[in-house]
Amino acid sequence: MSELTSFTLAAARDALRRKDISAMELADAHLAAIEAARALNAYVLETPDAARTMAAAADARLAKEEARPLDGVPVAIKDLFCTKGVRTTACSRILDNFVPTYESTVTAQLWRDGAVMLGKTNNDEFAMGSSNETSHFGPVISPWRRHGANTTLVPGGSSGGAAAAVAANLCLAAAGTDTGGSIRQPAAFTGTVGIKPTYGRCSRWGIVAFASSLDQAGPFARSVRDAAILLTSMAGHDPKDTTSADVPVPDYEAAIGRSVTGMSIGIPKEYRMPGMPPEIEALWHQGAEWLKAAGARLVDISLPHTKYALPAYYIVAPAEASSNLARYDGVRYGLRVSGNDINDLYEKTRGEGFGKEVRRRVMIGTYVLSAGYYDAYYLRAQKVRTLIKRDFERCYADGVDAILTPATPSAAFGIGEKSSGDPIEMYLNDVFTVTVNMAGLPGISVPAGLDAQGLPLGLQLIGRPFDEETLFALGQVIEDAAGPLVPERWW
Amino acid sequence: MSVDAENVRRIAHLARIAVADDEIEHLKGELNAILAFVEQLSEVDVAGVEPMTSVTPMAMKKREDIVTDGGIADDIVRNAPATQDHYFVVPKVVE
Repeated sequence: MSELTSFTLAAARDALRRKDISAMELADAHLAAIEAARALNAYVLETPDAARTMAAAADARLAKEEARPLDGVPVAIKDLFCTKGVRTTACSRILDNFVPTYESTVTAQLWRDGAVMLGKTNNDEFAMGSSNETSHFGPVISPWRRHGANTTLVPGGSSGGAAAAVAANLCLAAAGTDTGGSIRQPAAFTGTVGIKPTYGRCSRWGIVAFASSLDQAGPFARSVRDAAILLTSMAGHDPKDTTSADVPVPDYEAAIGRSVTGMSIGIPKEYRMPGMPPEIEALWHQGAEWLKAAGARLVDISLPHTKYALPAYYIVAPAEASSNLARYDGVRYGLRVSGNDINDLYEKTRGEGFGKEVRRRVMIGTYVLSAGYYDAYYLRAQKVRTLIKRDFERCYADGVDAILTPATPSAAFGIGEKSSGDPIEMYLNDVFTVTVNMAGLPGISVPAGLDAQGLPLGLQLIGRPFDEETLFALGQVIEDAAGPLVPERWW
Repeated sequence: MSVDAENVRRIAHLARIAVADDEIEHLKGELNAILAFVEQLSEVDVAGVEPMTSVTPMAMKKREDIVTDGGIADDIVRNAPATQDHYFVVPKVVE
């Protein structure tokens, strides 16, 4: 494909400012690439008209030397962000043809800074999934394939479309969301960089809610620097989200290249899972060695409640989801299936509008919150959550600056391979990422190498609250050592 | 703990989700698999542990009790499947 689509965000930004390229030609090159890659099903809505209007405006500002931080940079938006006048579905049938009359705060900040919207990307329905197979629009096909095979693989999920679009050069970067690993796991599967910032760093206003105490927005990009640039625009206090943190947002790009000498990196023994492929173990060790070679100190640490994070998550997240998704009633927006009375209307609308995974989680959530079960399930899970957070707090109080773990327990798997039988098998994908959401911490996934079959693997760095800068500095060390991972074009 | 077919019907009704009779058995199996998985939490000693209410320590934000938005009835009903004069239309609820 055209060279214009293989730019990093940082290089494109600089080329735009030098007027080596125009925002319009950059947008056009990406729109053409998206059209040629429809087989991947990464986008559920292409917005070429909006892209060209925004690119023209960016070019006008660039001509007047009034460039904004992201002027002319084409990005993709997960279909969980409400975009004014642009259909937003959370990839659920129940939102049908919902066209928001408002803009989410995060996307509004991207447009404020001059970014250009290429379209809305595919995701698991309501972000519930780890493979992008629960989308009402069908699965996303990963741009990656195993050596010498043409088996279609998942890009991970829930932000699978955003990850695939970034990996396949269908945008320079993308905005996703992460409730239990939905940015970091697909980033690891597609050889891209993804960061879930500290809870409260990005406003949740205008993002379709899944589990409000866990949901956070964050960027996907092809380099650590690009992710830092995008997060600087996405983050910030918003009075419209009472859980958004009123703390200043640093210029994250300035953290790139910062020395990591003397930093203390925790290696948690509980992340050494039984049955973990030796390649993952070796990669983890390799990552630790890279950080050590850059001057960091490695420390063995213990996070004793790690194994309880996933079961606690599967109580807390469905409980919050069952409450959040009560709003889909067939009355105010979205799909409506007529019934004999109001209850019949609700039940039929929700029965037909929700897919199987969403239905399953709403029902589990309803059960654990119901009379007689609340204490045994929900309250206990919230206490376990306190213990999980304490594990991290203890390590940070002991002087650990960041924690290094594998991002996922395996490389990407085939479409249909894990979606038929036991739901738990799919849930285990998030075993290394979910702890971070439960504790509200920032976590970044950085591509670190290929497995024997030629598929990307990622490493995760977990930071102190509101210390994303350390993650960018350390992530850059891994990126420098591992180099970028690029899929061979077959689509 | 586990659920039986009757529990599944009750939960579906509480969640206002229509479930066909021939789906009950399958759903029961899935829900029980999840409940069996989360059962391991019962081995954690949570005596004296406060349940988490806010993941980052923050004071509840308050604002002045004034109108900050409104007058957008057109926007509110724009995506509704059935409306009449800025009202949502539903089946008769009160006899």
